Amino acid sequence: MSADFLYGIEVVINGLMAGVLYALVALGFVLIFKASGIFNYAQGVMALFAALTLVGIMEGQVPFSHLINAIFGTSIHHFGWEVPALFAIFLTVLVMIVFAWAVQQFVFRHLVGQEPIILFMATIGLAYFLEGVGDLMWGSDIKTLALGLPQGGSIWVEEATAGLGGDDFYGFFIDKLDMVATVVAIILVISLIAFAQYTKQGRAMRAVADDHQAALSVGISLNFIWVLVWSLAGIVAMVAGIMWGAKSGVQFSLSLIALKALPVLMLGGFTSIPGAIVGGLIIGVGEKLFEYTIGAPYLGGATENWFAYMLALIFLVFRPQGLFGEKIIERV
Amino acid sequence: MKDIIEPYVTPDGRTIGGVLMDMRNITLRFGGVEAIKDISFDIREGEIRAIIGPNGAGKSSMLNVISGFYHPQEGEVWFRGQKRPPMKPFQVARLGIARTFQNIALFEGMTVLDNVMTGRLTHMKSNMLAQAIWRGKAEREEVENREKVERIIDFLEIQAIRKTPVGRLPYGLKKRVELARALAAEPKLLLLDEPMAGMNVEEKEDMSRFILDVNDEFGTTIALIEHDMGVVMDISDRVVVMDYGRKIGDGTPDEVRNNPQVIDAYLGVAHD
Repeated sequence: MSADFLYGIEVVINGLMAGVLYALVALGFVLIFKASGIFNYAQGVMALFAALTLVGIMEGQVPFSHLINAIFGTSIHHFGWEVPALFAIFLTVLVMIVFAWAVQQFVFRHLVGQEPIILFMATIGLAYFLEGVGDLMWGSDIKTLALGLPQGGSIWVEEATAGLGGDDFYGFFIDKLDMVATVVAIILVISLIAFAQYTKQGRAMRAVADDHQAALSVGISLNFIWVLVWSLAGIVAMVAGIMWGAKSGVQFSLSLIALKALPVLMLGGFTSIPGAIVGGLIIGVGEKLFEYTIGAPYLGGATENWFAYMLALIFLVFRPQGLFGEKIIERV
Repeated sequence: MKDIIEPYVTPDGRTIGGVLMDMRNITLRFGGVEAIKDISFDIREGEIRAIIGPNGAGKSSMLNVISGFYHPQEGEVWFRGQKRPPMKPFQVARLGIARTFQNIALFEGMTVLDNVMTGRLTHMKSNMLAQAIWRGKAEREEVENREKVERIIDFLEIQAIRKTPVGRLPYGLKKRVELARALAAEPKLLLLDEPMAGMNVEEKEDMSRFILDVNDEFGTTIALIEHDMGVVMDISDRVVVMDYGRKIGDGTPDEVRNNPQVIDAYLGVAHD
C-alpha cells in the first residue's frame, strides 16, 4: 500500500474521532429539541460552565470568591483541599441537574406554548446569563483540566502500524486523548439509547418527544421530563466540555464548539439521535479528508474552518430536513 | 329526575354501583364565551354514560374538564366521594381517569406495543435509580406489565400489529390502539372522545362491541361523547344531552329519545 493511501486512512480515523465529539455536542441539542421543541443556544455555554465547575471543584476553589472578596474585603480563594476527579465529576453532574431544574422552574415553565422563536430567544439570554455566572463563580482566567487523561500520540499504534507501508510511512499517528474521548462518547451514547429504550423514564421521554397531549393523558408530567432532558443535555455537555477542555484548556472559546454542532444538526436532522451521530461522523471525516485531498494542496489549507458550514448549506438546499429528520410535509 | 343512589342490576345482568364521579354546577368560560353553563350530572360505577349534543354544544369541553385539560371557573368536581382540587391532566391520569382523543393523540413514532405500554406508566413503581441498580426488580415489574398489556392487545384483537409503528396504521386501527392504551392504565373511569368519529359502519360496529365488552369484562366505567345518536342509544345506560353549553336532557336512552326539548334541539326536526 502506498504511503499516501495509508495517510489518507489515518486522516479518516482522526476524522471519525473528531466526529464523535461533534456528535456528542449535537446530541445535547437533539435531546432538548426533540422533547420540548426548544433550540438550545446555550448548549455550548453549558459545556463551558460544566468544565469550569469541574475544574473549580477539583481545585477546591471557593465559588463567587471574587464577589465575596469585593463585598467583604476578604481575600479568600481556595478551600485548601483537592477533590478526586471522579467525585468532582459526580458533583458537577449534580450541579448540572440543579441547573436543569432551575432553567425549567424559572424560565421555560413560564413560556409553555410560546412561539419557537421566543423559546430560542430565551436560550440566548440563558447562554449569556450562564456565561456570566460561570465567570462570577469561578473567575475568567484560562484553566487547565488535569483529569490525568493520557495525551499525545500513541506509540503503540504507531509501532504496530509502521510496517504496513513502505519507507515513507511511519505508522498511524493517533492521539491517546482522542481515543479516550471516542470510547467515552460511545459509552455515553449507548447508555443514553439504553435509557431511552428500556426504562420507564426513557419511555416517558420518548412519549413526550412524540406528543405532549397524549403524554399528559397517560400521566406523564411534562415538567419532570423537561428537567430530565435538560439534565441529560447538561451531562452530555459536561462530557463534551471535559474532552475539549482537556485538549485545549478551559476557557471561553470552549462555548464555541456549539457552533460546530450546527452543521452536524443540519446534516443529521434536529430530531434524530442516530442522525446526530452519523452527521457528526460525516462532518468529522469530511472536513479532515477535504483538507487532506483538496484543501491543503490546492486551496492553501485551513478549509476545516468552513467546510462543515458549506456542506450544511448544500444540505439545506437539497434536503432541509437532514438525513434522518422527519419529512416536512405541509398540508394545504 | 334525581336518580336513585342504590346499586341496581341492569336487564343484561351488569351491576351499576354508587356515584363515581359527580359534576356539580360546572361553568366554563373562554373569555366572554360560556362553553359550559351550570351543568350538573353524575357518572355511576360500572355504567356506560354518554354525553351527546350537536356541534359546539360543549361536549368535548366537558370531557376536558373531567380529564383536567380545562379548569372550570365555577362548580365542583367530585371523584370517588371526594372533592377534586384543580389538577393538571397528568395528575388526573394518575387518579385513574384515562382518556382517548377526538383526533387521536398517539405516539406516532413508537410501536403499538410501546404505545400501549405507556398506558402502564402510572402503575410502574420503581424509580430511575432503582431501575439502574436493581435490574431484577425492574425487570420483574416490566414483565408483569407486559403480561397485562398483552392481554389487552389480545382483547382488542390487535396482536397482528403489535410491532408496527403507529404512524403507519389506518385510522380505525389507530382508534383501537388509543383505546388499548387507555385501557392499559386499568382506569376507574374511561373517557372516550368521539370513539366512532370518522368510521365506517363496520368499524363503528366493531368499536361498539369493544366498548360493551370492555365494560362487561373489566367492569370499567365509561363516559363517552358521541355524535352518532343511533350508536349511543344502543350502548349507553344513561345519556346527558347538551346544547349551547346547557344541559337539556338526562336519563335513559328511551327517556332522552322522547324528550321534546332534545328532539327540538338535537335532531332539529319539528315535533307536534
